[in-house]
Amino acid sequence: MAFAAFATAEVQPQAPKKRSRIALFLLLPGILYLVLFFLTPLISLVLTSLQAPSEFGDIGQFDYAFNWQNYVTVVETYLPHILRSFGYALTATVFALLFSYPLAYFIGVKARRWPLLQSLMLVLVIAPFFISFLLRTLAWKQLLSDESFVITSLKALSLMAPDAHFTGTPFAVIFGLTYNFIPFMTLPLYTTLERLDTRYLEAGSDLYAGPFTVFRKITVPLSMPGIVAGTLLTFIPAAGDYVNASRDFLGGPDTQMMGNVIEANFLVLLNYPAAAALSIILMAAILVLVSIYVKRSGTEDLL
Amino acid sequence: MSVREFAERGADLELVGIQKRFPGFTAIEELNLTIPAGSFFALLGPSGCGKTTTLRLVAGLEEPTTGRILIGGKDVTDTKSHERPVNTVFQSYALFPHMTVIENVAFGLKRRRIGDALGKAHEALRLVELDHLAQRKPQQLSGGQQQRVALARAIVNRPALLLLDEPLGALDLKLRRQMQLELKSIQEEVGLTFLHVTHDQEEAMTMADTVAVMNKGAIEQMGAPEQLYELPRTSFVANFLGQSNLFTGQVVSTTSSAISVDAAGTRIVVPTSRAQRHQGEVTVGVRPEKVTLHTESPGEMPDRNLLGPGRIIDVSFSGVSTQYIVDIPGGGAVVVFAQNVGYGPVAVVGAEVWVSWAVDHGFGLADEPGETGRFPADDSTTSIAVQRREALISELEEH
Amino acid sequence: MSGEVQAAAVLGGFTESETQEDNAPGGIPRRRRIGLGDWLLPVYTVLAFVFLLIPIVYTFVFSFNDSIKSNISWRGFTFDKWLNVCNVEGGAVCQAFTNSIIIGLVATVIATVLGTMIAIALVRYRFRARSAISLLLFLPMATPEVVLGAGLAAQFLAVGVPKDMTTIILAHTMFCISFVVVTVKARVSSLDPALEEAGRDLYGSPSQVFWRVTFPLLTPGILAAALLSFALSFDDFIITNFNSGSVSTFPKYIYISASRGIPAEANVIASAVFLFALVLVVAAQVSRAARAKRLAKLG
Repeated sequence: MAFAAFATAEVQPQAPKKRSRIALFLLLPGILYLVLFFLTPLISLVLTSLQAPSEFGDIGQFDYAFNWQNYVTVVETYLPHILRSFGYALTATVFALLFSYPLAYFIGVKARRWPLLQSLMLVLVIAPFFISFLLRTLAWKQLLSDESFVITSLKALSLMAPDAHFTGTPFAVIFGLTYNFIPFMTLPLYTTLERLDTRYLEAGSDLYAGPFTVFRKITVPLSMPGIVAGTLLTFIPAAGDYVNASRDFLGGPDTQMMGNVIEANFLVLLNYPAAAALSIILMAAILVLVSIYVKRSGTEDLL
Repeated sequence: MSVREFAERGADLELVGIQKRFPGFTAIEELNLTIPAGSFFALLGPSGCGKTTTLRLVAGLEEPTTGRILIGGKDVTDTKSHERPVNTVFQSYALFPHMTVIENVAFGLKRRRIGDALGKAHEALRLVELDHLAQRKPQQLSGGQQQRVALARAIVNRPALLLLDEPLGALDLKLRRQMQLELKSIQEEVGLTFLHVTHDQEEAMTMADTVAVMNKGAIEQMGAPEQLYELPRTSFVANFLGQSNLFTGQVVSTTSSAISVDAAGTRIVVPTSRAQRHQGEVTVGVRPEKVTLHTESPGEMPDRNLLGPGRIIDVSFSGVSTQYIVDIPGGGAVVVFAQNVGYGPVAVVGAEVWVSWAVDHGFGLADEPGETGRFPADDSTTSIAVQRREALISELEEH
Repeated sequence: MSGEVQAAAVLGGFTESETQEDNAPGGIPRRRRIGLGDWLLPVYTVLAFVFLLIPIVYTFVFSFNDSIKSNISWRGFTFDKWLNVCNVEGGAVCQAFTNSIIIGLVATVIATVLGTMIAIALVRYRFRARSAISLLLFLPMATPEVVLGAGLAAQFLAVGVPKDMTTIILAHTMFCISFVVVTVKARVSSLDPALEEAGRDLYGSPSQVFWRVTFPLLTPGILAAALLSFALSFDDFIITNFNSGSVSTFPKYIYISASRGIPAEANVIASAVFLFALVLVVAAQVSRAARAKRLAKLG
């Protein structure tokens, strides 16, 4: 599903698959690698989240245990951050969708007559990726800081209160998240819209549907795979992001997300079980949300 | 027959007791077929009848569930595709897009390590008059040119058997006619055995020495094109090859030379040598171009069957001929093809006419035509399987 | 996924040779009389692009800033930073950049090889545990980077492996594999099976068919996957941060300097990378369009 969003060329009907030992040889190295460096760490994370502090150890030394209490503590302490993360991510996803859909529609449907222009526009969409996303976020921080041209003008025009900030507020963080993930949303949308058969839209008009109805009842449902892929590819990383919310970037003391907290616990406080527990909670929440979402939007095949 | 040698001439193909089952449906029920060496053989049928599957079995791209395949007397059932002296011209041509035309044509020769591969490839391209485009890529050629390259690529290997999978489908009418003649002449010149799969009955009849009509995974009738056309054995063949007027009725009398059937409100006489069944309820028929239209009652004609009077309900002009549909009470709609020897149609809609044909032109079928609705039934083997499965499911749900 | 995720979709299209059809699969919207509503979308698109490109322009402009420590306020135009990129901070910026390149190259090579093999197996062969393997491939893409980074770091910690270049490379390869699989799989699925059948029909043994027919046709997809993988690795910050110890990569350097002021040289490198990538991609697109035009004329 998300991966059908990646395919730009038409999938050909394949010959029936063969059974062969070659498959094993092809799969083994890669799968083994993933088991070793993805699965095992994940299990390791679970085990870490259950650790208890060593009796006579320093900070950062833990023993294996079944300390479920970790999870409870972590949720109690960081509930605001958890809710904030999903809230920001959801908001950013919705904004990104609203921003990207017309853009993707224009490139994918209206501009079909000019393939070269289409490609160049796509280049522009992913161009921000060629510059480190840290620098992109920093650029916005400078551009929207209190001393910047934009903010001072807004204040001069009385559109903003004189002592208000933009950077350091949730708005800035959501703004940053939205901006950074627009390409993630646009590309799957584009891929699906690019394949939209406009003759369906013509058929809709032929059958007495006005433009809005055609959009609502034909275009949107047909672009659903792209919408699903785009929202997933935006929401998942956004929920775990911590650069945007970091104090050095667009965030402030009250905008800390789960990612920041996990980083802090892991690298600074050396409270590995807490960091691990939070990570597991984040991942579990995302998996649950994703499976509900995918089931409801009717796309079964994930890979 | 070693793959390394060029075949001197084509070889026989024998299919013995072939059955091909896929998960969920049977593509080929029971196939027995012999194609003599050096002949141009056409496998004709609607989509989903199993003809492409048969081709793939011969090419070695599929394995039969049961049965044996023999080429030149040698059992090749268990040999792989790249070891069989068989080459295919694919429906989509399947020219390698990342190689030039000459590299495409030389591909098979190089794999077999035949000496002077490029020289032979150029020769093959000269045969199809495309040597001047040898360095182009396939995408730079037109459809007709690509088709010829695909042919050259197969022929250059002098296979014992050349398989053609609806190769002319993508070409427009004029080009298709041209290619039909070219293929036929190349086959005669090189002397290979050609197995041509198509759903176009005109194409099959034009090109082939022998035609086999396939339906629902089995061969219904096989023989020379004229034979199949003038004497169809089943209603499927009668309706698939050209058009037929069919009448069903009881046999009321038989003589040593003819049977008399009570149909269409009168007696229709068919020679016994041309009737598959001689008693009970039979279906008889005649081709529309054999039927004569009479604007006045013609009276008794000893060697002809006469139907009428009826009314013309449709007149269709199509250049060479005009098609009249006449409603005969008790006989249904009778189709008449009349060659336009004069100007304009002979009669108009609503006119009262009679139709007749020579007794010797009629035929009797082995079966009866099925119930047909407004649209032809979906007879592909896959849809049959799907329908059976759904019938089973609904049956199970009732219990 | 702090990188060019769907560059896969786009890059897949970019690196395709002229073998693929360029025409719109679903019909081209017909011309109508131009009305007011027709201007809305194009105008919106232009504004959207301006918005998207603002930070890039900002970064580029400020690479010419005659700054001393922090690059926040404009002090004057200079080419100095471009000419003496590696002078600042004892060459730290250039070192970080070099590290990122090395890590990217190594991780890309490994991930591309492993991922391509998996993609071929998935499309062409039947085997048990298909859904389990699909899930295993899907999960790294669905897991937030924080979790991936923290998990791997915890693992290294538990095993007692010190964090350095090797651990970074191992980490990057891990999350790149899934993306390679997805990209190459899309390409494998779009191959006409008749081509390989023709190869077999023309006496090619299975290995000959693979190396002479399948693999050359897969090259655009593999190239796209490699590019995507490199881009992901180069721009990765979060996972790197957890697994790098004291080794500096370019994004990490930026993050660390963010609190005390990022030197303009970082802007220089970022802008240079941007221009290089942009030129590469645009050139590929233009040359592809030119080739397609030439082919259309000849036929």
